Order: sequence, then C-alpha cells, then structure tokens
Amino acid sequence: MAFQMTDIIPALPEIFLAGLALVLVLVAAFGGEEAGNARRVTRLSLVGIAIAVFLLVQGDAMPSLAFGGMFAADSFAFYMKALVLVGTFAALLLSLRPEGNDDINKPEFALLVMLALVGMMLMISADDLLALYMGIELQSLPLYVVAAMRTNSLRSSEAGLKYFLLGALSSGMLLYGASLVYGICGTTDFAGIAASLSSGDLPVAFIVGMVFMVSGLAFKVSAAPFHMWTPDVYEGSPTPVTTLFAIAPKVAAMALLMRLTYGAFGQIADQWSQVLVALSIASMAVGALGAIMQTDIKRMMAYSSIAHMGYALAGLAAGTPAGAAGVMIYMTGYVFMGAGTFAIILLMRRDGQAATKIVDLKGLSRTHPLLAIGLLVMMFSMAGIPPLAGFFGKWYVFLAAVQAGLVPLAVIGVVMSVVGAFYYLRIIRLMYFEDTDAPLDAEIPAVNKLVLGVSMAVILLFFAGLGGVLTATDTAAIALMGGAR
Amino acid sequence: MPEFLSEYLPIAIFIAIAFGLSAAFVASAFIFGNQRPDDEKMAAYECGFDAFEDSRRQFDVRFYLVAILFIIFDLEVAFLFPWAVSLGGIGLFGFWSMMVFLAVLTIGFIYEWKKGALEWE
Repeated sequence: MAFQMTDIIPALPEIFLAGLALVLVLVAAFGGEEAGNARRVTRLSLVGIAIAVFLLVQGDAMPSLAFGGMFAADSFAFYMKALVLVGTFAALLLSLRPEGNDDINKPEFALLVMLALVGMMLMISADDLLALYMGIELQSLPLYVVAAMRTNSLRSSEAGLKYFLLGALSSGMLLYGASLVYGICGTTDFAGIAASLSSGDLPVAFIVGMVFMVSGLAFKVSAAPFHMWTPDVYEGSPTPVTTLFAIAPKVAAMALLMRLTYGAFGQIADQWSQVLVALSIASMAVGALGAIMQTDIKRMMAYSSIAHMGYALAGLAAGTPAGAAGVMIYMTGYVFMGAGTFAIILLMRRDGQAATKIVDLKGLSRTHPLLAIGLLVMMFSMAGIPPLAGFFGKWYVFLAAVQAGLVPLAVIGVVMSVVGAFYYLRIIRLMYFEDTDAPLDAEIPAVNKLVLGVSMAVILLFFAGLGGVLTATDTAAIALMGGAR
Repeated sequence: MPEFLSEYLPIAIFIAIAFGLSAAFVASAFIFGNQRPDDEKMAAYECGFDAFEDSRRQFDVRFYLVAILFIIFDLEVAFLFPWAVSLGGIGLFGFWSMMVFLAVLTIGFIYEWKKGALEWE
C-alpha cells in the first residue's frame, strides 16, 4: 500500500484542519494577553471550519478510499462530516461572547476543540480498526481536557477526571474487542472483515469481540447502561463545553458505530441487532425516566441526550438502509436542537452569574418573549411534535424499526417519547404559566441570536427541505451499506 | 481462520514453558532449600538501613509534568530507532512521515517552552 499524492485529496479538509491546529498552537503560545488571544484563536478556528466546509463541498464527488483503505470518503462521510462541522462551528460561535467568557477564557479552548474536530472527522471516515482507534483517541483526549477547563472549580475537575477514567475504560473495551475481531478475521480492514465473515461459522470469540466493540462505542454515544458519565460531565463542565458535548461528538461516535455495524459487520446484522435493541430500550427508558427528577437544566439535557441516542439506536438496530437513513435524519435534527437549546441555556445568567436551574426559566415568556418562543420550538421538537425536525427523526427511525420487524421496540420507543414529553412540556409550562420576581439578565449577544435563529429556521422548515434530506440520506445509506466498495 | 491462529502456536508454547519453568524454580526453592527465618532476616531491607519514613507522601506536581514531558520525547526516540534502521526500505514516504511527526513534536515543544513548563522555579 504505497502512498500516492492522490490520497491527500479525499482527506483535504482533515489535513487542512490539522495544519491549522498546529498553527493555532503557536498562536496560543505567542499571542500575548490571554483574553484577547482567546478571541483571536476562536475567530481563526471559525474561519478554518468555514474553509474546511468549503473544501469538503468542493471535494471530489466520487466515493474513494485513501491511505490503503484506511480512510473512506463517501457520501455518508460527507453528510456526517457536514453535520459535525456545522455543529462545532455553532458551539465555537456560542463560546465567543462579546465580553469574553470567564469560564473558558483561554486560547487553548478553541485549539483543543479544533483537534477534537479533526478526530471526529477521522472517526467518520475510519474504514479500518486502527483508523477507528486513532480517530477516537484524537477526539477524546482534547475533550477530556476541555471538560476540566475551569481549573478552579471542583465540579469541572471532577467532570474531567470522570470523563477521562470512563473514557479510558471504554477505549480499553473497544481495543480488547478489536483485538479479538482482528484475531479471528486476520485483518483490520473493514472490507476485509466483512469478506471474512461471509464465509463459515462465527466463532464465539468473534461475538465477544464484537459485543465489546459495540459496548465501547456505546460509551462514546452515552447509550445506557454505559451512560453514567453523561449527567456529571454535562453538569460539571463549563456551559460552552457542555454545548459542544451535546452537539458534535455524539454525531461522530454514532457515525463510527454505523460504519462498524453496517460496513464491517454488515453480513451478520442479526447478531448485533439484539445488542443494539437492548441498548436502545435501556437508553430510552433511562433518558425519559431519569430526566423527570432533574432540577438542573444541563443535567436534564444530559438525560435528554441519552434518550435521543436511544431513539437513534432504534433505527440502527433495524439494520436496513432505511434504518441508517433514519438515524442520519435523527442526528440532523439532534444537532440543530442541541445548538438552539444551548444558545438559550448559555444566556441563563442572573447578575452575571450562571443560573442553570430549571426553575430559573419561570416567567421567561414575559421577560424575554423571543427566547421563550425559541425554547418552545426546541422543546416541542425534542418531544417529537409534528411538523418539527424532531418528529421526522423519530418517524423515520420507528418506521425503519417496524419495517425490520422490531415492532415491540418501536412501541416502547413511542411510549417512552410520551413519557419524555412530560419534562419538555414542564419547561414550557414554567416559561408561560408561572411568574418570577428574579428575571434573567436582559442582554442577548448577537451570536446567540444568530445560532438560535438559524436552528429555529431549520427545525421549523425541516418539512420543506425533507425531500432533499431524504435523497441525501438514502444515497449515504446505500454508500454505507457497501455501494462504495 | 484456524490456520491464521496457528501462527500464534509458538508464542503459546513459549508462554507455557516460561510459566512452567519459573513455577518449577520457585517451587523447588521452597521444597529443597533450608529455611531458618529469624527477626533480622524477616525485617524490611533498605540499603542496609531500617526504612527512614513512609514512602506514601505528597510531592510536587511539577515532577509529574517533567515525567510526562520526558515520556513524550522518550517515545519519540523509540520511534526514531526503527525508522532509522529501516529507512532504506521505506523510501521517501517514510522519511517525510517522520519529518511531519518531528515537526508536530517540535511545535508542541515550542509551546511548552514558551508556557514555562520547563522552568522549575
């Protein structure tokens, strides 16, 4: 597998972002005064992401494998990378407050986010067990650090440490599973694994390895019962970091899980489907029931995201192209719901101090009518009320599950989404039917307005663009199922 | 698949012999050796002295920093050796791969130097 210069072209966005991250390391070191330098690094990162989007769109439309089959650039990778880039852009934009953000006012924040972004994009394109692990580690290590970014806060340090330990544990499980899979199949290449599986019986060791790999990735998408870190990390991290966690990394981890199950293990869907059904039911139940008891909105959003991963896994468990397309539609809505909701949560400040209790939202419709409408749209979408984006995500994953004969799973999913609607609607009740004597700060920075406005537009007008989304996700699902090979 | 796994047979035999041999040595020392323990023989031994103090105590976090930085450059050298030995076989691509790796490490080194991680006081 000799190296060719043409290998660079499919990976051009990643190579550009990696090079930019190295330049930003030097900017972070020599940029002088910290607050101003932090803004400079963040702005450069935003420009860099915009250029990476451009490079991605300009890239060769032909699906191709690069670097000896380790790196897949197909329409599935294109779709998921676009989501991750947009999500990371939104998260970085939201961290860029005019007065500077006291929590993460360091140039290293945007720099680490950029490194994690390269990792996420490599995860999405990984077509080999080694590339898979490289991508996961490159994504995880910077995220452990940004979780502990607020160094003088005990909770932030706890969040970072907890995330690191459980992340290391999940990496270990993933590696152990990968070693067993390699031991049985004799190759690390996803296409090679798929080819060796189509012949002969499956040894028990292979099933063990596969379950370990799926469990390790379930940690990364925070699917129950591997979700324990999520509420603590969401609550303890600085809010701009939580924003990023809620938007981008799970899209990348979900993409990796999809490529592993549909690509490498595509021949034995009946084997991993049971595992994913169990994960899906557990996540939907934990997410829906756990969120009811929460008083902190960041913690509630953590349980909400566990539930969302459960719904997405229901589509994945179907093991059909329709299921893969459903997951992609779900993740599209998820990115914009997360961006819009956190654009508002970041504004929950009273006298300059973060106020992240759910009851702090009381009376928001009187003090900030526009924010209340924004949050209303986000909550309705998360609850799955038509015709918002969240509804279509749920519709297509449950449809795929029913078509694949997983009717009980779809029924449990619908029941759980009704249970989950309770806590989304409770927020709306607090905003519209309760009064407050301590209103939140009035000032709304332009970046929050922008992110909230764009997210609302996407969620409200999702049905108008549904045709285009369906075409893109169908093409991507076919590429994922082996069209590119 | 079994023929692939059978390539590991020599390793499995080696591990079995290694475990068996060391277990035999330890067991034979217990069975055939003269054992007359007394207080002096059983005492903790530290360079001929009694232990001065408990070794579990706090020490400066900067030791960790130095240790971590050492590991990075230690690994760099560990990568350089096989690269240098096989340079003839891996060609220009191998050469430039290592140059990129070294450039990345150098940028990290500039960063840590500038941030004062190398200063003890």
